[in-house]
Amino acid sequence: MTTFSNQSLMRNKYYNWIIKNLFSSWVNSLMTVVAIIFIYEVGTFFLNWAFFAADFRTNFQGELITDRSFCSKNIMPGEYGACWAIIYARWDQFMYGFYPIEEVWRVNFVYALLPLAIIGILFDKLPFRKYFIYFTFIYPFLAYFMLYGGPGLSVVGTNKWGGLLVTLFLGVTGIGLAFPLSIILALGRRSKMPIVKSLCVVFIEFIRGVPLITLLFTANVMLPLFLPDGVNPDNLLRALVAVTLFQSAYMAEAIRGGLQAIPRGQIEAAQSLGLNYWQTTRKIILPQALKIAIPPIVNTCIGLFKDTSLVLIIGLFDLLGIGRAALADMTWTKLYYEVYVFISLVFFIFCFGMSRYSLYLEKKLKTDNS
Amino acid sequence: MQTNFLRKIIFDEKSRSLLIQTLVIGLFALFIYLIAQQTAYNLEKRGISSGFDFLNLSAGYDISIRLIPFTSEDTHFRAYFVGLLNTLMIAVCGCFLATIIGFLVGVIRLSSNWLFRNIAYVYVEFTRNVPVLLQIILYYSILLHLPKIKQAIEIFDGFFLTNRGFFSPSPIFKEGFSLVLWSFLIAIIASILIKKILKKKQEQTGQQYPIFLINSALIIFTPILVYYIMGRPLEFDAPVLKGFNFKGGMVIRPEFLGMLFGLSIYTAAFISETVRSGIIAVSKGQREASQALGLKNNLVMRLIVIPQALRVIIPPLTSQYLNLTKNSSLGIAIGYADLVHGFGGISLNQTGRAIEIMLMVMLTYLTISLTISLFMNIYNKSVQFKGNA
Amino acid sequence: MEQVIQLEKVNKWYDDFHVLKDIDLSVQRGQKIVVCGPSGSGKSTMIRCINRLEAHQKGHIVVHNTELTNDLKNIDMIRKNVGMVFQQFNLFPHLSVIDNISLAPIWVKKMPKKEAEDIAMSYLEKVKIPEQAQKFPGQLSGGQQQRVAIARSLAMNPDIMLFDEPTSALDPEMIKEVLDVMIQLAEEGMTMLVVTHEMGFAKTVADQMIFMDEGKIVEQATPDEFFNNPKSDRTKLFLSQILNH
Repeated sequence: MTTFSNQSLMRNKYYNWIIKNLFSSWVNSLMTVVAIIFIYEVGTFFLNWAFFAADFRTNFQGELITDRSFCSKNIMPGEYGACWAIIYARWDQFMYGFYPIEEVWRVNFVYALLPLAIIGILFDKLPFRKYFIYFTFIYPFLAYFMLYGGPGLSVVGTNKWGGLLVTLFLGVTGIGLAFPLSIILALGRRSKMPIVKSLCVVFIEFIRGVPLITLLFTANVMLPLFLPDGVNPDNLLRALVAVTLFQSAYMAEAIRGGLQAIPRGQIEAAQSLGLNYWQTTRKIILPQALKIAIPPIVNTCIGLFKDTSLVLIIGLFDLLGIGRAALADMTWTKLYYEVYVFISLVFFIFCFGMSRYSLYLEKKLKTDNS
Repeated sequence: MQTNFLRKIIFDEKSRSLLIQTLVIGLFALFIYLIAQQTAYNLEKRGISSGFDFLNLSAGYDISIRLIPFTSEDTHFRAYFVGLLNTLMIAVCGCFLATIIGFLVGVIRLSSNWLFRNIAYVYVEFTRNVPVLLQIILYYSILLHLPKIKQAIEIFDGFFLTNRGFFSPSPIFKEGFSLVLWSFLIAIIASILIKKILKKKQEQTGQQYPIFLINSALIIFTPILVYYIMGRPLEFDAPVLKGFNFKGGMVIRPEFLGMLFGLSIYTAAFISETVRSGIIAVSKGQREASQALGLKNNLVMRLIVIPQALRVIIPPLTSQYLNLTKNSSLGIAIGYADLVHGFGGISLNQTGRAIEIMLMVMLTYLTISLTISLFMNIYNKSVQFKGNA
Repeated sequence: MEQVIQLEKVNKWYDDFHVLKDIDLSVQRGQKIVVCGPSGSGKSTMIRCINRLEAHQKGHIVVHNTELTNDLKNIDMIRKNVGMVFQQFNLFPHLSVIDNISLAPIWVKKMPKKEAEDIAMSYLEKVKIPEQAQKFPGQLSGGQQQRVAIARSLAMNPDIMLFDEPTSALDPEMIKEVLDVMIQLAEEGMTMLVVTHEMGFAKTVADQMIFMDEGKIVEQATPDEFFNNPKSDRTKLFLSQILNH
């Protein structure tokens, strides 16, 4: 019998929800119990490790932790809490690398303006969006001037850059430079001219067929061989070249997906109005295609952002590189989990944020179209 | 007349396209030519010779993880193969493990239990939003912080976890063991035949048989039976602690395990998402129609949902396999001797033949990638729905 | 007259939304009932409850003297005897037409393949598209697909057929070919419960008309009375909207 005698009970939303999602059958109830035990065990362990039993700046005796021998777990047997002091001690390196401490305000300035530069691209209903977009185009030059220096500012070589600065620099610049390149590649791949088309196909498939690390190696070792004597790009720039080419191939594929989704009727309508190829592409096809392609483009950006960590293999100090350097330091060695958990968290915040944004766009696209 | 001719070239669709393409290819050729010349000049200036003759020189370094014999006297070419095999080994093992975890998590993501669903969700979000390199390094450091050999953790009899790897007994095959293997093979062939026969029988009489159960029993129990009949022709050589190391048994190195865990746990998160969306993609209407026909739930899954979901799942699954294979090149960060680490790293440093070596490495990955995509395309064409449904 | 379907005070909620309110309905063997009403009135939900694609929460539904409850055996038994045709056809895209039709006879009725295919062919002939047997659903027109879907249901030899807006997803020129099949089925004496807005069809075949609105059965009458002398204002309004365009 499915008849419920108690109507008010049946109408109770929370009760229904709990029955349906946690206790719909005896198997389900058993799973609920197992899951609660699992969450309790893992949760308490992690919370104790990360917070309740952990040292932040001081240990359990209240002493300031200046090296790893002060960590509670290295004094008291049985203590196992995290020793976050390493993050405090190395905070500047994590954020700025080896950037001269008296010039760090310049990096902070660039960090602070980054949201302003991005926000205009992210939200199409932003008030004064036009001005934000203008700023987006000015920002890279401003940022480069601030970070590298020039007239009025002392020069800080890229070998001094590190940590989050390198991670963000490679991620943001790589994406920014790859974007126009990827549009050309995507259009080229759909071109009717066989030579243009095959060049683009070969380029895209080649880049997508090899690991990023081989491109980084190639750029690192071979770029100096390819270029005339005077021109010798530094390590960061070489990595940037590899990252940009890599990203442009993946982004081109995302954009090609968007181009394919545009019905032929759109092109025909534009042509019948007398628009030529470039007008059709610029005014009709690209705006629609890019809109559809943004979610997959954002997904490639998440991929690239994570992949910037690979530059540590060619000797750059990105976030992960700085972390490893901290662990190699005898005063802090062995605090692996603290360092890796911290770096994971930083990456997680950025990547999870981007993936939420991409989901939000996908939902918005669906409602816009229906 | 002159202007008309020019006009015709520029505005005629065909000749314009020809013009543009000639221009593109000309610029491209010029670009390549300039680079080639500059490179040749730079190489000469630095006194770096070129060519592939180095492949026959002895490598001069050792590779600890290897599937084929290798010593430091062997050639760079052999080092290439050792690396390639290691790359393929970690890729195959990684794909296998990632598929199992991925399918499991994907199904749990659709579970009717809210807590299970969300535990799986947390797993997916936390693993796929953290760089795989970081995860590899993290798991590797966990493995390196297992107890030293002297305090090895014994999980089962003869299985030890240590900071030098996972030690387990190694099998010693005695006379007669080949028969066990043969019986296994025969059982598999027999089960295929049985499946065909029972299918035919079902077609004729309509009677359904538990084919999967019968065959699983056959494949599992035949070799066990033969094993006992032959007087148990398999012995294990358990690792024994002697001095500072284990003697006997076999060992899986932490580099391999770190790579395996990192690659498969990371990739599994992506696979679980494709599995989930594949199952969701089979519309509710399909399930309802099969239920309305009176099909039971397991048959709905087997006959309707899975065949349709697989069509959706397999293309992204293959590209995940490709990604995993490419990510296996990160072995260099923890010293797993894959293609990039050994041949692309140490051989390159010793010979200085950057162009040749990077070319070989890249072409190898390209070949692997293209081969996998080729097979995927063929498969994809064969399973596409006919018509535009 | 033998009673084959009986709904008694059936209620259903989607969370807070009350979709079915105290539905009473009884269907005799051989009866043809047409259900109409504005969208969202609960008519689809009602017939989906009859083969338990949706579960009701209060009241009783009895089909062939078996009450629908959580009992899976009963559900299976009832589904075998109750055929259903969907608005969106829901053909299986990975199977050919003949495999679509013979699937259930083979796996549910455990019929030999040859026999099931013979039956499938005979029903394909009945819906007048035997030549499409080897094609796949995606290669057929909407009208052909819906006819295959009808044949698929008939192949289980049901004694009740439920139709959930079978022509709503079709282009106008294809509606007739599907309705013709349904009329033929009605003439052969099948018990039918049809949700549709095709009033011409209703006048031709229906024994009883049912008008639903806001989860309730507002009016139940013979077609003659229903079209010429509707009692309720809501029915009048609905009929004027649907007949005068």
